Amino acid sequence: MSNAVVHADSHGQAHAAHHPALQHHFDTMGQQKEAAVIGMWVFLLTEILFFGGLFMAYMLYRTWYFDAFAEASRSLDIFWGALNTAVLIASSLTMAMAVRCAQVNKRMATVNWLILTMILGAVFLGVKVIEYSDKFEHHHVPGLNYKWAAEHPSTALGAGAPAPVAGAGHAEPAAAAAPHRELSLSPEQLQLTTQIYFSLYFTMTGLHALHMIIGIGLMSVITWMAWKGKFDAEYYTPVEMSGLYWHFVDIVWIFLFPLLYLVERP
Amino acid sequence: MLDKLKIPEHHYLNNGHSLKSWLLTKDHKRIAIMYLMSISVMFFIGGLFGVGIRLELATPQGDFVSADTYNKFFTMHGVIMVFFFLIPSIPAVLGNFLIPPMIGAKDLAFPRINLISLYIYWIGGIFTLYAMIAGGVDTGWTFYTPYSATGSNTNVIPTAIGIFIAGFSSILTGLNFIVTIHRMRAPGMTWFRLPLFVWAHYATSLVQVLGTPVIAITIVMLAVERGFGFGIFDPARGGDPVLFQHLFWFYSHPAVYIMILPALGVQSELISTFSRKRIFGYSFVAFSSLAIAVFGFIVWAHHMFVAGISTYAAMVFSFLSFSVAIPSAVKTFNWSATLYKGAISFETPMLYAYGFMGLFAIGGLTGLFLATLGLDVHVHDTYFVVAHFHYIMVGGAIMGYLGGLHFWWPKMTGRMYSEFFSKVSAIMVFVGFNVTFFPQFVVGYLGMPRRYHSYPDEFQVLNVMSSAGATVLGLGYVLPVIYFLWSLKYGQVAGPNPWGASGLEWQMQSPPLTENFVETPIVNTEPYEYEHVVVKEKHLV
Amino acid sequence: MSIFGIPIFPDQASTFAKDVDALYFFILAVCAFFALAVAVSVIYFGIRYHKTHDGEIGARIEGNLPLELLWSVIPTVIAMVMFGWGASVFYHLRRPPDEAMHIYAVGKQWMWKFQHLEGQREINELHIPAGRPIKITISSEDVLHSLYFPSFRTKMDAIPGRYTELWFEANTPGTYHIFCTEYCGTNHAGMIGSVIVLEPSQYQAWLQGGGLEGTLAQRGAKLFNDQACVTCHLDTGQGRGPSLKDIVGTTVALQDGSSVVVDEGYLRESILNSQAKIVKGFQPLMPTFQGLISEENLVALIEHVKSMSPKATTAAPAETSRTPSRGALQPTAPAGEKK
Repeated sequence: MSNAVVHADSHGQAHAAHHPALQHHFDTMGQQKEAAVIGMWVFLLTEILFFGGLFMAYMLYRTWYFDAFAEASRSLDIFWGALNTAVLIASSLTMAMAVRCAQVNKRMATVNWLILTMILGAVFLGVKVIEYSDKFEHHHVPGLNYKWAAEHPSTALGAGAPAPVAGAGHAEPAAAAAPHRELSLSPEQLQLTTQIYFSLYFTMTGLHALHMIIGIGLMSVITWMAWKGKFDAEYYTPVEMSGLYWHFVDIVWIFLFPLLYLVERP
Repeated sequence: MLDKLKIPEHHYLNNGHSLKSWLLTKDHKRIAIMYLMSISVMFFIGGLFGVGIRLELATPQGDFVSADTYNKFFTMHGVIMVFFFLIPSIPAVLGNFLIPPMIGAKDLAFPRINLISLYIYWIGGIFTLYAMIAGGVDTGWTFYTPYSATGSNTNVIPTAIGIFIAGFSSILTGLNFIVTIHRMRAPGMTWFRLPLFVWAHYATSLVQVLGTPVIAITIVMLAVERGFGFGIFDPARGGDPVLFQHLFWFYSHPAVYIMILPALGVQSELISTFSRKRIFGYSFVAFSSLAIAVFGFIVWAHHMFVAGISTYAAMVFSFLSFSVAIPSAVKTFNWSATLYKGAISFETPMLYAYGFMGLFAIGGLTGLFLATLGLDVHVHDTYFVVAHFHYIMVGGAIMGYLGGLHFWWPKMTGRMYSEFFSKVSAIMVFVGFNVTFFPQFVVGYLGMPRRYHSYPDEFQVLNVMSSAGATVLGLGYVLPVIYFLWSLKYGQVAGPNPWGASGLEWQMQSPPLTENFVETPIVNTEPYEYEHVVVKEKHLV
Repeated sequence: MSIFGIPIFPDQASTFAKDVDALYFFILAVCAFFALAVAVSVIYFGIRYHKTHDGEIGARIEGNLPLELLWSVIPTVIAMVMFGWGASVFYHLRRPPDEAMHIYAVGKQWMWKFQHLEGQREINELHIPAGRPIKITISSEDVLHSLYFPSFRTKMDAIPGRYTELWFEANTPGTYHIFCTEYCGTNHAGMIGSVIVLEPSQYQAWLQGGGLEGTLAQRGAKLFNDQACVTCHLDTGQGRGPSLKDIVGTTVALQDGSSVVVDEGYLRESILNSQAKIVKGFQPLMPTFQGLISEENLVALIEHVKSMSPKATTAAPAETSRTPSRGALQPTAPAGEKK
């Protein structure tokens, strides 16, 4: 092939205009940016499959143990969940603003929006801490002294007409004491199957929170870089990439919130 | 002319001699060399466990090591060979070294991530080796629950963490290749001018990127179940052990294609180069790689025909499993047809290519037995399966790896190894392999289950044959270490293109410059055009 | 079958063996043909087109579309034949005939326990008559196992918390291997045994020899009394629990409005998790027996209940693999399990 291959002069006109951020193995800034964008999307694809395994397990057990999932889900506080959803959506907006500002060369605005995004992320994690500690208090952490208590008032889910008693009126007190009315689940079963729900709850939200922490870590580096003036209209790829990542983490939560908090609410 | 060949003054190996210049390098070639050393160490550790297995099975009584030790042997053999040798083998060493020059690039798209992937591999390896030193793990490389979650009292979690971490190394390598192949091709290097090695790696990377995260999350679920007492797969806690198997095989079946697809790519290069002929049906060979990668994702439950899945689900998965056979057959036929009217010679890499054809054919065809429902019920989890996947993973993937290593060794080091000893080694590997694993088909059909520490007396003769063959095979694997190391100092200088090959990588000097090409090449010929190769061959024997 | 004393082919001791082996030889022949065709052609090409001089290159041949299609389509057709044949053998393997004799198997680390309906209990040994279809319902007390009869060409996993089943008809008296083929821990290789196929008359004699404890159903009846099941499940239908007379094989309505066919799986679930599916008109009063009853006693109880429905000859679940439905639980592992 040697006589068929001629060598291009890649050092032609591009040479004069080398951007300081252009790495040696790329020919142009455009090529470098495209590589980063494709790479990030491929990475997000792997993330989807990563969470996908969990969603698969969730789907299976929700089908098997729907009543337990509904019951356990009602023990979560919808207020905190909704608040966190709002916080994350807001943080996506601030993140998008940061990217936009980087694009139009507004250094300080970029830094500020990034800091705001990190604060919102921290708020989310703080709320998560409140929720988790509540679970610890109620012994709702699987494996750790797990105990499903029927003390949650939300158990009363409308129509509680007791089933007609069969036979010659053997109405035992045990039957009356069971608050789980038409849910045909005994305390033993709830104890076991709600534990599966909480296993998935902690695995899913825990991994999501881990992604948030990584995101905040990434962003603090990006913020520092932005502060140092490393970005300009031609080169702001790191800001954009961490934005993509942050939006992805948001979207995961958008799925987690209904799946975990809203299984069956009155 | 031979006397005139000299090792060039500047190349990637002498561009810095300090340890730091290696450990902090971003040069894909140096990273490939470090991968080569790392996986070689892992290969010999995994191989030692294999030796232990064969020694134990030489007699029917479990008299060499205890049952627990034996169980740890085959588990560590599987874990190390699969996750720390086979999966990184061709992609991380040969792919890393060759993909950029093959497409005319200076480096991979993300050199830093490439280095990080090596460090991740090391960290994963350290966890797994720690688990090994701390007493090993005995669940089998498949980690089936509930045994792995509640039954075993060995180091499941450190091993699982090791595999989890190493998985990210594999993901990052795949990601890097995908982006590189999309965005780093030299001017004129269109998709249909890519060497088939690159196509095969593209397909491999897709599997790495899409499959590996699933095993990662499965391992996380297993670890939280075992470590924190979460209930996910444990039937005692309401979980479903079969769900684990689904998730596990969703990755681990495609993982077989991570191992074999790059070897298929190597094979295409070898067959074309040593018959000095354009590959027959280039686009069919290229697309069959993609087809194998895609079909690989929809056949996983053929590992579970007797695991309690429904009869109809089993039928669907059996049907789909046959779909993988077609692209594999197409490749084999195309390689055979490439030889027709070629100008064939049998240097060492070509011996490996011929060996590969035979072993891959047997491995692939015995896959048909396992995809066939009525037959799989009988042979599932017997030595028939063990023989089958060793034909693919050792016969196929390692033959491809060694063939590729012998082919590109002069490019990587600038020197030739001993032609005589390498041919001896190739023949030993081929013969030793067949003697080791062919009897296992027979003993498997007789009904000998896998993972047995002791076995009924009537299986002994076949097992002794297998152990004897393993000795030859093992020697065949040790030999290259010796002559490769020897060649580094005493080998003949190879020159840029000792085989008269057509790929862009042979246009570089040997060993290449750190930046591969002085100027970005422009490609205006089709792949495998030997008419244009300036033949500077030298006779080696 | 053996050559020079080396066994190369397993005994054919069931009606399946011939079917499976025929399929095996068919695929073997096809594969041998293709492997030889490839081997012969590459070796021939290697010799015929060996490079003769330096600088020689191969002929310029790009490919050939008809040839590509031909060698894509022919393997596809052959593969479909294999699939169809294999699927039909498999379907047969998975469909026990109604008149099959029923045996229960329980796998535990590291033994196989078999229970005959007549009451005999065996460990790592199974006596069966030749010439009769036999259905084995399999469960596990701890981890996964797999019950494998190589000479009968069949196996099935034992999965904790579920029943799976396999069937075969042995046709040659003799002693054959039983293996566990799903790795189950330390002594996996010791979880082996023998299946002894007897002439029907010998089998009857063997049955007479044992059975001191009465039949499986009788044992179940005793448990039914001992566990006080009998106090609620009155035959009259006036008890706190539903009458179990003649219920097997029927469809009963449940409290939540759905209905269920009474089979082994449902009986199992109702004993272990009595409250999972409450029959319409009854209270969830029954204690759960999760972890309180062994797999062996469980099958005895089920057999007893089945014996109360003499008209329903079989209560075979339609599918061997039953995913537990809502609320179903699995048995807890026995206390002996190590952690």
